[in-house]
Amino acid sequence: MNGIGQIWTLIWTFGLMSFFAVGGANSAIPEMHRVAVDVHHWMNDKEFADMFAISQLSPGPNVLIVTLIGYSVAGFFGALAATLAMCGPTAIFAYYVSGLLRRFSGSPWPAIIQAALVPLSIGLMGASALILALTSDLSWTAALLTIVAAALAFATKLNPFWILAAGGLLGFAGVI
Amino acid sequence: MPPDSQPAIAQEPDLSGPNPPQPPGLAELFFAFAKMSLAGFGGVLVWARRGIVEQHRWMTAEEFNETFALCHFLPGPNIVNLSFVFGSRFAGFAGGLAAFAGLIGPPMLIAIVLAALYAHYGELETLRRILAGVACAAIGLLIAVVLRMAMPLFRKRDLAGLFMLAAVFIAIGVVRLPLQVVLLVGVPLSLSVTWFLRRREAT
Repeated sequence: MNGIGQIWTLIWTFGLMSFFAVGGANSAIPEMHRVAVDVHHWMNDKEFADMFAISQLSPGPNVLIVTLIGYSVAGFFGALAATLAMCGPTAIFAYYVSGLLRRFSGSPWPAIIQAALVPLSIGLMGASALILALTSDLSWTAALLTIVAAALAFATKLNPFWILAAGGLLGFAGVI
Repeated sequence: MPPDSQPAIAQEPDLSGPNPPQPPGLAELFFAFAKMSLAGFGGVLVWARRGIVEQHRWMTAEEFNETFALCHFLPGPNIVNLSFVFGSRFAGFAGGLAAFAGLIGPPMLIAIVLAALYAHYGELETLRRILAGVACAAIGLLIAVVLRMAMPLFRKRDLAGLFMLAAVFIAIGVVRLPLQVVLLVGVPLSLSVTWFLRRREAT
């Protein structure tokens, strides 16, 4: 057991990663996958996809996938450390920047920065979807389920919960 | 809690009346954000807007959009940033912490319980099958969010934006370069292109 060392690795990894999470937690999923599966071998592809599924099923912000990763690496304190490292520093950073910006209201820069970052964050989220699909959509029925879910969520206002529940049910029935 | 990262700017303003005379206290901030977060299935953002703007009237719709836009371009989980910035407007740093703890604490405990259950029962064949199905559907939801967010770029024929989008998608999704490397190149590039194009439009 090298618990303390693992916890420091979690804090360092997610604390640093959070500052590169442009556009939110879902943009950082490829990096989480790279770190957890390829670099540190904390879990395999299937387990990573499971954690994504669990994090989407549970209430609260998407970022809680790091709680699940932290728990699988170093138990309760790992979960705590990973979550606080991912959320704390950037929140405090946002607090200071918002204080600064209030003094410079009327500056065009926030709008320019936002316009510049939006395409990057969409690209990152698209990459997240691709990487997750490559780990999960291993049969044509699974790929079909993903496509139908995407179409339903894009074209209708159906509550996403029902789409996830339907996916779970089809998985239970052994269709996937 | 499917993706909640769409920029909130495009939303229509609500029927928000005058703000209440009393700003929320620390306990009130904690419980309000805990409630929004736990209800936050289908995106915490929707519930945060409902709670802050419509129910408690702590902010007008414009103030909310402005705060969210700020938190959207800063790094880190948007809604978490929003909770801290929002709480601090009313009660300084302590208010930020209270709202942050409310948003993160309760769902984190639920996630820890789920993680413990997964550690014990993750190998069960039934559970594996269910989670595989949920994962496939959840990826579909993510794709839908990406498409929705990309639509305005297509509509505006924002070629520079679409190019940046595609370049990041390939660099991260296909080539699997580390995030830091891609952003250290991508952010300055995208910033200068956006700045340059805006300046040319303005003249």
